[in-house]
Amino acid sequence: MAYNLIGKNFVPSDVVAKVTGRAKYAEDFRADGMVFAKTLTSPIPHARIRRIDTSAALKIKGVLGILTADDVPQFPPPQPPILVKDEVFYVGEPILAVAAETEEIAAEAIEAIRIDFEQLPHVTDPLESLFPGGPNARSNGNVAAAQINLQTAKWEARDFAAAGDDKLPLGKPAEEWAYGDLDAGFKAAKLIIEESFVSSGLSHHSMETRSAFAYWQGGKCILHGSNQSHTAAVPNIARLIGIKPEDLVLVAEYCGGGFGSKIPGYPNMAIAALLSKKINRPVMHRISRIEEYGIGSARPGFQGHVKLGFRADGKMLAADLYIVQENGPHIGGGDFRSAGNALSIVYQPEAMRWRAVPVLTNTPPVGPQRGPGENQFVPIFEPMMDKAARELGIDRLAIRRLNAPDSSGKIGSDRGPLTSAFQKEGLDKAAAMFKWDERKARSGQRNGTKVTGIGIGQGYHSAGSNGFDGMVRITPDGKLHVHTGVGNLGTYSHAATARVAADMLNYAWDNVIVERGDTRRGLPWNSNQAGSLTASTQSRTMYVAALDAKQKLVEIAAQMLGGAPDDYDLGNEKVVAKADPTKSVTYAEAAKKAVELGGKFSGKEAPKDINPVTKQGLDMIAGSGLIGVAKDNLPRVGVTPGLTTTFAEIELDVETGKLRIIDMLCVADCGTVLHPQGLANQIRGGQVMGIGLAMFERHVYDPKLGLPASTLLYQSKPPTYLDVPPDIAWGAVDQADPQNPVGVKGVGEPVLGSGAAAITSAISDALGGHLFNRTPVSVDMILNFLSKRPQAHKPLQINTV
Amino acid sequence: MIIKDIMPSFELFQPVQLRDAFALLDRFGKDSWKMAGGYDSLSWFKERAKKPKAVIDLSGIAEMKGIREIADGIEIGALTTLTEIERHPVIQAKYRLLADAAGKVASPQIRNAGTIGGNASQDARCWYYRSGLPCYRAGGTTCFADTPQGVNREHALFDSDRCVAVSQSDTAPALVALDAKFVVKSAKGERVIGSDEFFIGPKTDITRMTSLQHDEILTHIRISNAWAGARFYFEKVADRNTWDFPLVNVAAVLVVKDGVIENCRIACGGVSAMPRRLTAVEGIVKGQRVDEDIAKLAGQSATRGASPLNYNQFKIPLMANLVTRAVREARA
Repeated sequence: MAYNLIGKNFVPSDVVAKVTGRAKYAEDFRADGMVFAKTLTSPIPHARIRRIDTSAALKIKGVLGILTADDVPQFPPPQPPILVKDEVFYVGEPILAVAAETEEIAAEAIEAIRIDFEQLPHVTDPLESLFPGGPNARSNGNVAAAQINLQTAKWEARDFAAAGDDKLPLGKPAEEWAYGDLDAGFKAAKLIIEESFVSSGLSHHSMETRSAFAYWQGGKCILHGSNQSHTAAVPNIARLIGIKPEDLVLVAEYCGGGFGSKIPGYPNMAIAALLSKKINRPVMHRISRIEEYGIGSARPGFQGHVKLGFRADGKMLAADLYIVQENGPHIGGGDFRSAGNALSIVYQPEAMRWRAVPVLTNTPPVGPQRGPGENQFVPIFEPMMDKAARELGIDRLAIRRLNAPDSSGKIGSDRGPLTSAFQKEGLDKAAAMFKWDERKARSGQRNGTKVTGIGIGQGYHSAGSNGFDGMVRITPDGKLHVHTGVGNLGTYSHAATARVAADMLNYAWDNVIVERGDTRRGLPWNSNQAGSLTASTQSRTMYVAALDAKQKLVEIAAQMLGGAPDDYDLGNEKVVAKADPTKSVTYAEAAKKAVELGGKFSGKEAPKDINPVTKQGLDMIAGSGLIGVAKDNLPRVGVTPGLTTTFAEIELDVETGKLRIIDMLCVADCGTVLHPQGLANQIRGGQVMGIGLAMFERHVYDPKLGLPASTLLYQSKPPTYLDVPPDIAWGAVDQADPQNPVGVKGVGEPVLGSGAAAITSAISDALGGHLFNRTPVSVDMILNFLSKRPQAHKPLQINTV
Repeated sequence: MIIKDIMPSFELFQPVQLRDAFALLDRFGKDSWKMAGGYDSLSWFKERAKKPKAVIDLSGIAEMKGIREIADGIEIGALTTLTEIERHPVIQAKYRLLADAAGKVASPQIRNAGTIGGNASQDARCWYYRSGLPCYRAGGTTCFADTPQGVNREHALFDSDRCVAVSQSDTAPALVALDAKFVVKSAKGERVIGSDEFFIGPKTDITRMTSLQHDEILTHIRISNAWAGARFYFEKVADRNTWDFPLVNVAAVLVVKDGVIENCRIACGGVSAMPRRLTAVEGIVKGQRVDEDIAKLAGQSATRGASPLNYNQFKIPLMANLVTRAVREARA
């Protein structure tokens, strides 16, 4: 089908506001009587709170009130608390909040508060906690995750003794799955690769910290927050505050970066809201960079082991993966599970076993970060694929192509289906654009002190969901209002998907208004803006809402001009009789008629199956135009995979250990391209973040003190302009996904993984195939290798370098 | 209790005359703080690890700004920004080493406000010390970085004495190599000292990086014509290519005639609490022809006596390689 808008570039309406500074983020809002909050955070990695004395602080002039754990909703551990009650679990964990006329006064008050702590043993390395008698991050356990109850788990001393220092001990997992005949696979293998590895944890460090501003009006809480998602987050944020979802007004028009750390809202949003309620003043709670490090989430680190069996032609016969996840002190993330799925889909092993244990640590809470699990795993794994290719004497591209999924590929333990996969085509297209055949000859070439490395990386993330609602409105002025509750993470997919509705209704983009950012604008129930979901999931809801509007338009035309609805079709913003194009009703006229008719036409009657959140939004706009509203009941069977391939050429200076990325190119299998410029931006941003993961960013702790060393941006080292190639080339396979009405799949996450993996693969290539089995690969590691020194860290040590 | 990342209140003074600055230093004594570009100062204040009552912002003192030619070279006001130094035609023409070093500091934004005086005399960036821990350097009785588990990737190879922090200035080794003189003034008068006297290690005073006393202000830095137009080499290796402190840097000045090194000064940053002048290496290469062999020997000799800590042994090959490159690749 030919589209007018889909597949074409456009300028999203909020771009100008962002580049001129007119865009208002959470901390830009003000209200009469506004005061400030600051939190007191733990200086100790693990302690019991014996007593808190706030008397001196409360006497300070300008101090208005203190919020403690007793004032906020409590959630069963290990769910993250808003404020901790009896036990603190990491340096930087919020204990209480002070409201004052100024932030300076609040800070002074916090310094005047006395807390009597009883220090408890702490741990920053999961293996230390799994060792018999090792410290637990919580007094009541050391293993927990979603669907894994908080428990104490210790491995056998024999597991550690058998493994030695260089290998991950393989103790009892908390979860496991397997398919196929693993032993037979390894037995039949020509080549076995077996490696232990470490993927360092790293902070999200979103540019906009998670500041929040809240006040109460007419029994409702008005909350200005920084969030990726919008309506999907409302129930959770309301739960955090302890109110009904309908009593929360969430204003979140812009989000200065979230990367997975701001999906369903987060505990500290409740502090401004509850403090405001307690002192009856609007409360601004600005979060500083150090505070953001503590509460801003992190990608969990992995300590892992993998054994792979390959047939002589490179086919992966068997894969055995074990992951110990550094899970922070609370519920943490599901990265360990996604890593297993990633292996199963990207390389399609004939038999596979996955085992994992998420271990709690006294480090900041972890959660999803752009490709959680998949993207820790591929940068470690792709250099191993290179090793397999070298040892089997086959081309590094060919081994990936052989194992890559097509649409008959399978995923996970249940070997579930995929909606579509064109990874072989993606590899081919990227190889052609990169001129793989020419470039691979440059592998290992020496030019003075520089040696060339060529890398290949692949990335995967599931990239589509369904079952949400779409809502559009044509007002009597003829404009199309696309109501979207998906949020504005910064990818502009909220706007790109709005164009699906516009296209279906034959609208010129200039006549479309995207309604979003404030629940008072009438927003439907949409997916989280996360998990590479928006493009695919929202294009479905937009499609069904547009179909509903279309049906109502032709019905109204039939009422106004006679005949049956089927006698009409949509023209340029008018409904036209198929038999006689001179007979038409403009959208504006139809909208006026819809208001007159009421009922389903103007949204006064709602479909039975829409979500209560959509119904609430609909009630706000009902009667103001012709409304298309529907639940996405379109079928979808299987996982919708977003897949990417990155190639990189680097030059590594053997005297300094520094590398320069000469070229980087990424091709996405993301179905129909919805918005080329948006896709290019996602790809480029993903490569840049991938460079950070591969080369620089990591958590660093003093293990004895439990203190963090990389709280500030200059210490955590996200890549700068001068660390990334000036131009990152991109392309798309552009094969429609058959289970999306416009063929779209998402791609926001895998681009990071393939980018990081291309860099680690290129470094390994430049160094003759050496496997560091660790990310980031930093200058010191390269220099130690080149000067034949042992690495400073033990092979499985985490959080120290 | 501890709270970070928000500055405590202080009284701000913005004198435009040196004598007023001295009067303020005298009036507030140890409760006062001298601030130039502010990058070091504000980060301390935000940590709430330093809480002066009075901050004396020197940036309005005109006589401490700008670059002028003097009879025997140039005189640089301590408040001259790193960007000005990087771009100044005389510095580029005669002392390119300093322009190169200044151009590698931090990021363009920081170089636009950061000053040469502040950069050269900046405090240690040991992350333990900067966290506000009561270490030796902070007046306490222990070092947290040099323990069996201490995380000390960025720390010292040489001359540690209880404290293992390093000088992470990019301009300091360049100033050492150029044999710069530091003009230090106080209400009592003026002293002009060499880099060997300006920069101090923990053995001399564990709480300071320079010999600057509280009542003194570094007003100017002078570079003589002796090294103008020599062969120069500056290289900084950091994790990132901008907005990062050096892991190790090297600054070298070589006078070469007919392929033979007649004279030279070489210094490295990031390896000890002071920019480390490599006098032994200078002695080894003087009188030798510039070739790969002598460059290698220079590098190997540079790291002799290094005592690596838990995580910083990579600095040994890095320093050796950088010194080799300096000798091999210094250009006029």
